[in-house]
Amino acid sequence: MLTVTGLCKSFPGVRALSDVDFAARAGEVHALVGENGAGKSTLIKVLTGVYQPDAGEVTYNGTPVRFATPLQAQQAGISTIYQEVNLVPLMSVARNLLLGREPRSRLRLIDFRRMHREAEETLRSLGIRVDVRRPLRELGVGAQQMVALARAVAVDARVVIMDEPTSSLEPREVSTLFEVIRTLRERGIAVVYVSHRMEELYEICDAVTVLRDGTVVHTGRLADLDRLHLVSLMLGREIGEVRREGLTKFAGSHDAAAEPVLQAQRLTARHRLHDVSLSLRPGEVVGLGGLLGSGRSETARAIAGALPVDSGRVVVAGAPVRAGSTPAAIRAGISLLPEDRKTEGIVPGLSVRENIALAALPGLSRFGLVDDARIDRIVDTFMKRLRIKASSPHQKVGELSGGNQQKVLLARWLALHPKVLLLDEPTRGIDVGAKAEVQALVDELADEGLAVLLISSDTEELIEGSDRVVVLKDGAVVRELTGDAVTEDELMRAIADVPEGGPHG
Amino acid sequence: MADVSLARVTVDRDRALRLLQNYGVYGGVMVLLVFNFAFTAHFASAENFRTQAVQVAPVLIVALGMALAIGTEGVDLSVGSVMALSTSLLSLYLGYGPWIATLIAVVGGILVGAANGALIAFVGVQPIVATLALMVGARGLALVLLPQLKDVRNPGMAALGSGDVLGIPYLVLIAAALALLVAFVVKRSTFGRRLLAIGDSRPAARLAGLPVRRVLIVVYVCSGALAAVAGVLATARLTASDPTSLGTLMELSAITAVVVGGTPLSGGRVRIGGTVAGAVLIQLLTTTLIKHDLPPSWTQIAQAVVIVGAVYAARERGKR
Repeated sequence: MLTVTGLCKSFPGVRALSDVDFAARAGEVHALVGENGAGKSTLIKVLTGVYQPDAGEVTYNGTPVRFATPLQAQQAGISTIYQEVNLVPLMSVARNLLLGREPRSRLRLIDFRRMHREAEETLRSLGIRVDVRRPLRELGVGAQQMVALARAVAVDARVVIMDEPTSSLEPREVSTLFEVIRTLRERGIAVVYVSHRMEELYEICDAVTVLRDGTVVHTGRLADLDRLHLVSLMLGREIGEVRREGLTKFAGSHDAAAEPVLQAQRLTARHRLHDVSLSLRPGEVVGLGGLLGSGRSETARAIAGALPVDSGRVVVAGAPVRAGSTPAAIRAGISLLPEDRKTEGIVPGLSVRENIALAALPGLSRFGLVDDARIDRIVDTFMKRLRIKASSPHQKVGELSGGNQQKVLLARWLALHPKVLLLDEPTRGIDVGAKAEVQALVDELADEGLAVLLISSDTEELIEGSDRVVVLKDGAVVRELTGDAVTEDELMRAIADVPEGGPHG
Repeated sequence: MADVSLARVTVDRDRALRLLQNYGVYGGVMVLLVFNFAFTAHFASAENFRTQAVQVAPVLIVALGMALAIGTEGVDLSVGSVMALSTSLLSLYLGYGPWIATLIAVVGGILVGAANGALIAFVGVQPIVATLALMVGARGLALVLLPQLKDVRNPGMAALGSGDVLGIPYLVLIAAALALLVAFVVKRSTFGRRLLAIGDSRPAARLAGLPVRRVLIVVYVCSGALAAVAGVLATARLTASDPTSLGTLMELSAITAVVVGGTPLSGGRVRIGGTVAGAVLIQLLTTTLIKHDLPPSWTQIAQAVVIVGAVYAARERGKR
């Protein structure tokens, strides 16, 4: 259906793709995997006309093509669903769904009634129930993504490219998505599926192409490749090494007998949190389990002062923290790594150096003037310690890969020497290698006596990384898993069960 | 071999574009200077340069404050009216001596700036709306205080307006000193770093614990104070207070200087050197056209061309 041969693409200073062959066949779900920076995004952008190849050929339906713009690719029948939803947040769901193809009345005006009806039908056939008249931004991220998918399907695409479509979906939504993908496959559509999640790849994909450093290192049927082998191909490491260290980099248990350093007491925020209490001891990693919307991020934000609470308080090392103030929480030693790295974490236009120094500036300056020598020392220390890959400390953070951006954020907080680190999805959307590094780092920090609160939608990561898991449901604590009960099974059970007045932490 | 050379061509194009973005405004100034040296009579004289510099000084000072506001993804439309308010206050209190009067005029600018900042930081009004309100309000207040043009006869003010040190007018020295000060603050102070972070990504700045509100208020206070200083200097040069016309359309000239100088309206970046060059470029452009006897309408059209050119060069940068 869509094939490329001998594809090369360079950017100033970087060779993103060299001599890449890739083929998406009709009626097949093709997994495209690799670490960040391996060239996946570049390949997708060449396929969809965002970038022009430097060399090589793109063949579509047997004829060589060259898409000058994304629009041309779309009109030819290649649809893309990006990691971030590319829709118009203020417009209604229906308008987004039919954007550019609105049904017209006789006066060439938009026929809203027909538009709403068509939109509702399209969504219902995919098992999505939302009010199509509402502005898109009022929907959850998951629902927004389903709308994006519905839009791609609706334009009669022949090739659908999905770039990490499940990174913000709940399990239920993921299964809906997979239903849709299977439908697409039956209709003879070629699907290119990019994801970091092994379970998903093995559940839905037929073929796989592994990219590493801009070249294809493997391509073939996915069933012929076991998980460890796939991981070792992506990382370029030996299987024995991967097996010995496990799939995640967490070592597991920490010594956690000391007095709690952080106590959150009966945090309540209307419609979001009800009486959430938890405590963190130094050197302990506490997981926060639960589904999307169960109040995990809200709990972290409330503790960090970024979400105003109606009642409840946060105590750090015996001293209460002023509620609803991020600076106060930071002074008390609480650092939050926010869920949405791109909009709430990094400052994209500033350099790696400025981003790391940002929160610690008052301590790194004298009479309001920045002490550059001290900043350079700290930046240098953290760039080495966290192995941040950037061309120089002066490179803009917006140009780094996701994993390196996350490390810059971690460095920003570690420069403050916090007592408590709240990590909201620290490994979402970052590549396998960086993920392992971040996980190892979290372990290391806990060993050094930091109290860590870990939020992750990746249950494997949550279970392996945490010493205890506090399970939330509808903004309230339903159970706490400790000791041998910290297993995926128990977590599922806790999420599924009706709360039975379980212990509050 | 073929793709290597192809890659080099793209690299060169990228680099050329980046050079244009970063140094185009300086290039423009050079081109105009060379053109005038070659084709304009009486251009290469110390007297002419003095006149040019004195004329550009107030715009430049206002543009410095504007650059800060634009760096936070805001804008300050009230600067022209602050100049008017400043001139009114100045002639009202000139009886107490030029220093006291200047001080009061600057305090007036600071208060307007604080009002702007409070509306933006605490009430959450968009900068363009908040400063528009103060633009109307401050001009009104200026006219209430001093309903019509009044001559300023004060030896101190006269000296400020026309005196010089080693042939360089006071006005120019003050403008240059302020430009260096603002550039230093942006480059070296914590306040400057925070300002850029807030302009680039406000949610991230907030979660990083930065005092977002305080920084915003200080930015608009600075802008107000600088505009008030510009008002005092303009009054000294004209030896008259004219609150009806002083500073009208000044906000647009300042925005032009900032944008032509390469500071993006999307915030997160402040280029003081570029802003200075931008103000100088517009001034030179106007002079060139006037000296060649072209009507003022041509000046406006030429300005428009320069702005469009600057925005075109900046277009790629916005995507990052």
